[in-house]
Amino acid sequence: MSEAEVTTEPVAAQPEPSSDAEPLLVVKNLKKYFPVKKGILIEKTVDNVKAVDDVSFEVRRGETLGLVGESGSGKSTTGYCVLQLLKPTSGSVRFRGQELTGLSREKLREVRREFQIVFQDPYASLNPRMTVGDIIAEPLVVNKLGTRKSRRKTAERLLDVVGFSPDFVNRYPHEFSGGQRQRIGIARALALNPQLIVCDEPVSALDVSIQAQILNLLKDLQQEFGLSYLFIAHDLAVVRAMSDRIAVMNLGKIVEMGDADKVYEHPQVDYTQALLAAVPVADPVKMRVRREERKKHKHVLAEPV
Amino acid sequence: MALLEVDDLRTYFKTRAGEVHAVDNVSFKLEERKTLGIVGESGCGKSVTALSIMGLVQTPGRVVSGSVRFNGRELTTLKRRQMEDIRGMEIGMIFQDPMTSLNPTLTIGTQLTETLSRHLDLSRKEARKRAVELLEEVHIPNASRRLDDYPHRYSGGMRQRVMIAMAISCNPKLLIADEPTTALDVTVQAGVLDLLEELREEHAMAMIMITHNMGVVAETADDIAVMYAGQIVEEATAQDLFDRPEHPYTEALLGALPKLDEPDARNGRLASIPGRPPDLLSPPNACRFAPRCKYAGSDDCTTVPPELREIRPGHWVRSAHPASERVREPVGVS
Repeated sequence: MSEAEVTTEPVAAQPEPSSDAEPLLVVKNLKKYFPVKKGILIEKTVDNVKAVDDVSFEVRRGETLGLVGESGSGKSTTGYCVLQLLKPTSGSVRFRGQELTGLSREKLREVRREFQIVFQDPYASLNPRMTVGDIIAEPLVVNKLGTRKSRRKTAERLLDVVGFSPDFVNRYPHEFSGGQRQRIGIARALALNPQLIVCDEPVSALDVSIQAQILNLLKDLQQEFGLSYLFIAHDLAVVRAMSDRIAVMNLGKIVEMGDADKVYEHPQVDYTQALLAAVPVADPVKMRVRREERKKHKHVLAEPV
Repeated sequence: MALLEVDDLRTYFKTRAGEVHAVDNVSFKLEERKTLGIVGESGCGKSVTALSIMGLVQTPGRVVSGSVRFNGRELTTLKRRQMEDIRGMEIGMIFQDPMTSLNPTLTIGTQLTETLSRHLDLSRKEARKRAVELLEEVHIPNASRRLDDYPHRYSGGMRQRVMIAMAISCNPKLLIADEPTTALDVTVQAGVLDLLEELREEHAMAMIMITHNMGVVAETADDIAVMYAGQIVEEATAQDLFDRPEHPYTEALLGALPKLDEPDARNGRLASIPGRPPDLLSPPNACRFAPRCKYAGSDDCTTVPPELREIRPGHWVRSAHPASERVREPVGVS
């Protein structure tokens, strides 16, 4: 499909030490600690917040790995560490066989073309002073790809890909609703023709009817471009609708990981069971049963005071 | 006589661009001890409905017409002072964001006793004692010690419990909860919903549960009203609404919801609703859902505003093409 060639310029030649056998992304023993400091002038690290504590997983080509957990479980921090937007405290992140931790800024910029991010808040993640065309083409500018003209062409094509009229290039973000802005964010993430997209709560700010449009779009794009997703969300039903495999996070650790249907139908770990039982479902009869079920799990979930 | 009767409520907001019809012809009844769930997406008017009942609509908004009868008393014509006597005393309200609805510069105790001393003739000591009881009632551990803490020492779920304690402090007959669990994690949400149900029983309260979450209403409500673009488009008992939704919007909304227990959901597509809700500055003059409705044809849908009618006992719908009367296939589907 010609649509698949999103960038106007061929992606710069990259060292490809990987064999096809290795998954696209391999994360091993990833840790991210945030130091807690005390003292004026002479600061001492008195403790660490272990936001991500020894996490290992992999994302295969064309696959979606769902990362689910409550706020503060470390799921977004994990996503940021994978993209090297946060420097991990220790551990390894290999993308297409290449180790990302410890790469120089220059080197990192080059590899970053291959993996992009879609943010949660479609209002904060688009610069209100830039036109939609400029926003979508910005990754190309940063990477010095193409000419003004070709970049504009790319932006127009990407608008079409996410379901807009190409004429929208000259509009500004304030003219769009939340769901439409999220489409623009997705178009921007596609600009460099990446292989992996980290979706950080991409639909949690959206209404149900709009949420479904965006989820379907993400599914379509995955098919069309063979994308892999690391899909981070707190909504368990949304994660199920998107993911091949699922990793459940709690307090910085992955407590359970496996095939989506298996994890949802036969959760092995107490925490996963409790989390699933807590979700209200749109059916009053089932809800009565679930309410009883929930009581059994109370001990697992001590509410923070 | 029902505890609360809202009849043809209209609340408009004057803006430079024109008048926004945020709530347009909303009517419902709520019996004592019952829970009514109001569901809808952002901007459908569910919160403004609650604020209108409470007399809390601020300029440029205005309750343009309609009546709100509570316990036989008309609320829309009350003076400010009289309304203040009812608010907090007979009708309690909890808001969505427990982070911003508590004053960060006052202790929890001060804020709790404020409501008590406004409405009840209590000494300082008595008010304090009652405040401790209230915190215990909403299951806050070490209540007497935590009374003198400031809100930042409480977690999100615990703050919402404090808000609930305040709302029920004067034993109101009606509790209005506006998205009470939206800012909370699912596990914390479950605890708060359980608490609300427990208190509703104990205090024999009626409740209006406003939320965008279909699961939350399924769990808490006896009756459910679905709002779209400022109007109630469907109202029924919770069971009937989920078993046999009639309005094309309700059907579509339920279809668009990812299901927790759907095997192989990964490989399916979600049913989405095309387009987006209308601009309430100039809503469609007939059926407000018509532009997004797959059953709307060139007929009445675009010319005659549909009335809310009773399609079977207790089930009301505002549509020319409710599910059980439908004979034709969706327009444009071959």
